[in-house]
Amino acid sequence: MNKGGKMTHDQERLQYLYRMMLRIRCFEEGLVDPILNREIRTPCHLCSGQEAVAVGLCAALSKDDYIFGSHRSHGHFLAKGGSLNALAAEIYCKEKGCSRGRGGSMHLVDPDVGMLGSAPIVSGTISLAVGAALAASLRKDGRVAVSFFGDGATGEGVLYESLNFAALKKLPIIFVCENNLYATHMPIRECRVDIPIHRIAEPFGIENHMVDGNDVLAVYDAGLKAVEVCRNGEGPVFLECMTYRFRGHVGPDDNVQGLHTDIRPKTELASWLNKDPIQRLERYLIEHIGIGVMDVQKIKDTVAQEVREAKTFAENSPRPRGKELNEYVFA
Amino acid sequence: MSSPRNLSYCQAINEAFHQTMEADPSVFLIGQGVKSPWYVGSTTRGLIERFGQERVIDSPISENGITGAAVGAAIAGMRPVVVHPRMDFMLYAMDPIINEAANWFYMSGGRSNAPVVFWGIINRRGEQAAQHSQAMHAVFAHVPGLKVVMPATAYDAKGLMVAAIQDPNPVVFVDERLLYGHAGPVPEEIYQVEIGKGCIRREGCDVTIVAVSLMVHEALLAAYQLAENDIEAEVIDLRTVKPLDQELIVSSVKKTGRLVIADAGWQSFGISAEIAALVSEQAFDDLKEPIMRVALPDCPAPASMALEEDYYSSAVDIVEAARKITRERKNIWRAR
Repeated sequence: MNKGGKMTHDQERLQYLYRMMLRIRCFEEGLVDPILNREIRTPCHLCSGQEAVAVGLCAALSKDDYIFGSHRSHGHFLAKGGSLNALAAEIYCKEKGCSRGRGGSMHLVDPDVGMLGSAPIVSGTISLAVGAALAASLRKDGRVAVSFFGDGATGEGVLYESLNFAALKKLPIIFVCENNLYATHMPIRECRVDIPIHRIAEPFGIENHMVDGNDVLAVYDAGLKAVEVCRNGEGPVFLECMTYRFRGHVGPDDNVQGLHTDIRPKTELASWLNKDPIQRLERYLIEHIGIGVMDVQKIKDTVAQEVREAKTFAENSPRPRGKELNEYVFA
Repeated sequence: MSSPRNLSYCQAINEAFHQTMEADPSVFLIGQGVKSPWYVGSTTRGLIERFGQERVIDSPISENGITGAAVGAAIAGMRPVVVHPRMDFMLYAMDPIINEAANWFYMSGGRSNAPVVFWGIINRRGEQAAQHSQAMHAVFAHVPGLKVVMPATAYDAKGLMVAAIQDPNPVVFVDERLLYGHAGPVPEEIYQVEIGKGCIRREGCDVTIVAVSLMVHEALLAAYQLAENDIEAEVIDLRTVKPLDQELIVSSVKKTGRLVIADAGWQSFGISAEIAALVSEQAFDDLKEPIMRVALPDCPAPASMALEEDYYSSAVDIVEAARKITRERKNIWRAR
């Protein structure tokens, strides 16, 4: 078991991180055309550019640990070990989807791998993650819970209620704020005072850190340390991961200058594209670890093949039948 | 079953907690005031001593966050009961109750469930005014994915709390502080009252009175007074607001042809409207008279006792409603 804080990682782990980020990117970019031609209608909040947060953090967890996601959780679902086929089928709202076509892109769940759920009510799952940590604490089963949310969630009161209660009970929870600088269309500087988000944890006495969210190894290391703190009964931990989405708030739309959804300066997007977490790790693998270009290409080919197969699986999966509308209704 | 002893309504709830917590380590209580008799009467007496503060968690005043934590714990395999000693404060928790818990099983395609009890206490009367007296059961009953139970007796208070805790999905348990002193026979062993089943508290052939919670007692008083005038009222105790026991209501109305609905909440868009619609859909041809409703007027709860007398309905109002639909056609109402 890695003790955390080590800046050296074995090759297998590094390749895993690379492959998982690439899988998320490749899968989501493959959704762009089907979204544009209306094959996919469920609102998809793509996480392209933010993959390192989900992948780095989840790599620090064990399968039994819990996570809750948000509206932008394709990456969380895959990173925690959810099935690519089941995710694809859910986004096509098919019966073989992870939520059997009842949830769509914003309601992803796989209890078998600890992905307890995602939901688009901003901040809505933070308290649920606190509850999962409370369950772990009551059972003394050593599990850790992670709550993924965006910078927009800092405007919701329940975040502060959750921080207080989690700190009060020393719950094993990691609050992970993915700060992509925009709450839908609102730049963060128009939403909150110019004080780093992670400092909201301070008045509650919660250990907090700012992390380069586009550096998967930095996130992974921070995750390992946070998990150790939580397993030692010294939680919670708050991590603010600085990142940026390459796509728009919802759908493929870029939300950049010149489009009808003119929000983000082109230069800003360009500067973040230079910090692409996948390219960064790829360079590191080739230049510092000595993984060959051919090996990297092999990973890319394998991932592309998986994604093609998932799309085919989704397309071929049946839709829920109309008469099954009330299948999961009890009151 | 053993021979029942008489227990008060709140002692019956207390026994439900003792027995469910003893039987299942995943059951725990959480909420503001859960260890304080000021808030929850004697419903939690002896629980901390027996099960410890870990499983009886008196929480900060954070209804949204704490209720969400209960929902999350339920999703993670626990069976929490989260208390709102004044139901009015539950409104802070509408997001975890409705957006999350109620929808959870459906929107996960049955992959995940949230076995949580939302326990809200109504505190009517006592000059407590608009934010300490509200009965919100119809609000929750409106939402798919929430069962809503409202016990009227000590027996049902225990049996419905046990059933709510053991249910695989969210249940809103609504009780009345005014009933806490009401005593009745309660078996010693652990038992469930089936959610979704009402019962007939008094048989009669002239008029059906469907009542819930506190109003069941008013309906029985009314039935007694009506009987003095040769009108035999059948009193139905809903026990569960949702899912509604449609069959019980419809079959009674088919027998009596007359219906008075006595709700503990507001009239407009509430359960009296729902039951009236149900009966007109399923027993229209059997109705001999218009359906009557006894419910709270569409007005916030006042403080002044003088206004409270006008605001809250009682047996008198039920008798009056029943009179209107029985005396002329049957010509059996004797002037008093």
